[in-house]
Amino acid sequence: MTQNCWIILGATSSMARGFATAVADQGASVILAGRDMDDLKRSAADMSVRGVDAVAMKFDARDSATFAPIIARAEHMEGVINAAVFVGSMPSQDAIDADPNLIEGVVQDSHTGPATFLTQLAPVIEARGAGTVVGVGSVAGDRGRIGNYVYGSAKAGFATYLSGLRNRLTRSGGHVVTVKPGFVDTAMTWSVDGMFLVASPEAVAKDILKAVEKQKNVIYTPFFWRYIMLIIRNIPEFIFKKMSI
Amino acid sequence: MVWKTSEYSGWGRVQHATAELARPERASTLKSTLADTPCPAIGNCRSYGDAPLNDGGRAIDMTRLNRILDFDAETGVVTVEAGITIATLAKVFAPKGWLPAVMPGTGFATVGGCIAQDVHGKNHHNEGSFGQHVLSITLLNGTKRTVATPGRNAGLFRATMGGIGQTGVIAEAKLQLKPCPGDVMMVTEQRAENWDTHLALLDASQASYCVGWIDATATGANLGRGIVEEAELAAGLLPKPKPAKTVPMNAPGFALSGPIVRTFNNTYYRRVPTSGRSSVKRIDEFFFPLDKIHDWNRLYGKRGFYQFQNVVPLDQADALKAMLSEIAGVGLASPLAVLKRMGPGRAGHMSFPMEGYTLAVDFPARDAAPELIAMLEDMTVDAGGRLYLAKDALATGPAIKAMYPEHSDWVKAVNKADADHALETDMVRRLDLRTAGDAS
Repeated sequence: MTQNCWIILGATSSMARGFATAVADQGASVILAGRDMDDLKRSAADMSVRGVDAVAMKFDARDSATFAPIIARAEHMEGVINAAVFVGSMPSQDAIDADPNLIEGVVQDSHTGPATFLTQLAPVIEARGAGTVVGVGSVAGDRGRIGNYVYGSAKAGFATYLSGLRNRLTRSGGHVVTVKPGFVDTAMTWSVDGMFLVASPEAVAKDILKAVEKQKNVIYTPFFWRYIMLIIRNIPEFIFKKMSI
Repeated sequence: MVWKTSEYSGWGRVQHATAELARPERASTLKSTLADTPCPAIGNCRSYGDAPLNDGGRAIDMTRLNRILDFDAETGVVTVEAGITIATLAKVFAPKGWLPAVMPGTGFATVGGCIAQDVHGKNHHNEGSFGQHVLSITLLNGTKRTVATPGRNAGLFRATMGGIGQTGVIAEAKLQLKPCPGDVMMVTEQRAENWDTHLALLDASQASYCVGWIDATATGANLGRGIVEEAELAAGLLPKPKPAKTVPMNAPGFALSGPIVRTFNNTYYRRVPTSGRSSVKRIDEFFFPLDKIHDWNRLYGKRGFYQFQNVVPLDQADALKAMLSEIAGVGLASPLAVLKRMGPGRAGHMSFPMEGYTLAVDFPARDAAPELIAMLEDMTVDAGGRLYLAKDALATGPAIKAMYPEHSDWVKAVNKADADHALETDMVRRLDLRTAGDAS
C-alpha cells in the first residue's frame, strides 16, 4: 500500500481533528500544523498513543516564514504528500464594521495564507505525480450575505483559487477537493444564533474522506447543502438584496 | 462566542436548568475561560438528578477536551484530558492489554464525571471505586492550577474524589489502568429464585465481576428474584458488535406501565434457563449494555424518571428486603433494577460506597414516585445506609449530611478550595451541601 502523509493546516479545530483521525485510521501519518503549539502537541500525543505517526508543527497563515519548514518536513516523508486546509477566521460582521482593518486578517487566514502555502506545496505534488489537496471553504462563499460577507468573500476567493489549483494539479496526477460545509458543531459556531441542521465534526470528516477517495471536485457537507445553496444562489439579486438570511 | 444559553438536564430528565455553557476545544481556551469566569464543569451529564445542573449560572462542557496525553505501556499509567469517556479508554486500551480498573454502567461517562462521583462498577467488591485508581489530578480554579495526588495536597485530592466538582474543574487526570488478558468477557448467568438465594449467590461469588439484575415487580414468594451475572475478562474471538439504535422520541406514558413491566420482567427472568448459561460477550456489551440504545431515557416519556440507589451495611440486608417489598408493592418500578454486593473501597469524603448491599431501581416520574422515594430514603437512614449523589434528585440536606460521616471535613476542604463558592450547582444548593450539618 502507498504511504500517505497528510499535512493538516489549522489542526486545532474540531473538524480538522476529526479528519486527521479519519485519515490516521487508514494508516496515514499526519503533520498537525497550527498556531497553538501546546494544544497541537496534545493532539499529536493522543494520536501517537493510538499508534499514529503524528507530529505537531507551527503554522500561522499570517506568517509565511512558518510554511517552508512544514513543506521540508513533508518532503522527507516517503509516499504521497497530501494537505488539508482547515484554517480561516470569522470575526462577527459587527466587529469588522467597527474596525475595517480586521478584513486584512480575515483574508490572510481564509485565503491568501493557505493559498501561498499550497502554491509552495504544489511542485512537491507535481514531482511525485500524486497527492490530494482538501480545501475547506464555506457555503458562506457562495453568496455575499449581510451577516458575514467579508468572511464569505475570503472563502469565495479561496474557492476560486482551489478551482485553479485543481486545473493545474490534474495535469500531473494530483487532485483538489473543495469542501463547502454547512453548519457544523464547532467552536466557531457554538453560540451563533439561527443555526439549524447542524452536523457533527466527525460526520463532516467522514464525508470529506469519502470525497477524497472518490476524487470528487466540489462537495457540500452534509450533502443537502448543495440544494439549499442552489436555491440561494438562484435568488435574483433584486430580491436577494432585500433579504436577510 | 464563548457562551451559549442552553437548556439541559441530567439523565433522569426530571430536573432542568437553563445556563450559559462554554465548550472549549483547546486547553488554552479552557484556561482563559475559567480565569475569566470560574464556574462548574459538566461532562456527558450521565448523573441522573441535578448534580450537573447550574440553573441561571454558567458551566463548562468538557466533552471536547478528550485527548490521551501520555501512556506508559510498561506500567499502564495513562494521563488524559478529563472529557474523555470510559468507552473510549476501553476501546483504545483493551487491544493493548489494559482497561480502566473501574468502569461504570455507561461508557458515556467522562473521566471527570467518574472522579466527581467516585463511581463504582461490577467489580467494586474486588477493585474498589474509580478514585482508588486515580494517581493524580489537575484542578483549575480561576487562575489557579493545582496538582493533587493521594500524597500531595492529599486533603484536596480526597475532597475531589466523589466531591461533585466542588474543588475545581478537573482538567486532567492520571489513571492506573488494569492489565487485561483480552477484550472479551466470559459471562455466566444463573437464576436466583428469591431474595435469600439472590443474596446467597452474591455472597458466594468468587468472580471478578458480579452483579444481580432484580425483578423489582415480583412479590410474595418471588420477591427479590433475579439473575446473577458473573464474569471474567478473557482472550478470545471478538463477537461482532451490534449496531446502535436510537430511541427517536419520547415514549407515551403507558410504555412502562405496571402490566408491561411485569410481563417484560417475567420474560427477561425466564430467558436464562434454570440450569444457568454461559456466553462470550464483547467488553462494551457487558459493561455498557444500555449504551447500544442511544437516548434510552426517552423511554420514560417527557416527564422523565428517577433512579433510586442506596447502599446498606451487610447486616442490614433485611431492611433492604423490606424496602424492596415496598417497591414491589407499589408497582412503579421499571425493568432496570440492580442488586450488588459492595466492598468497602472508597476514595473520598463524599464517596458513595460502603461494604454492604446496594440496590438501584428506576421509577418513571409519576405522582407516586417522590413519596415512595422519600420513604425509601427514611428507611435507608434507619438502616445506617446512604444514598448516591450521582442518582439523587429528591433527598433532603440533613439526611444526606447524616449519611456521610466525613461531610464536615469535605465542607472545610471545599470551602477552602473554592472560597468564592463559584462552583456550586443546583444539587449543592438544594442540599445546602457546603454548610456543615448539625451533627458535626
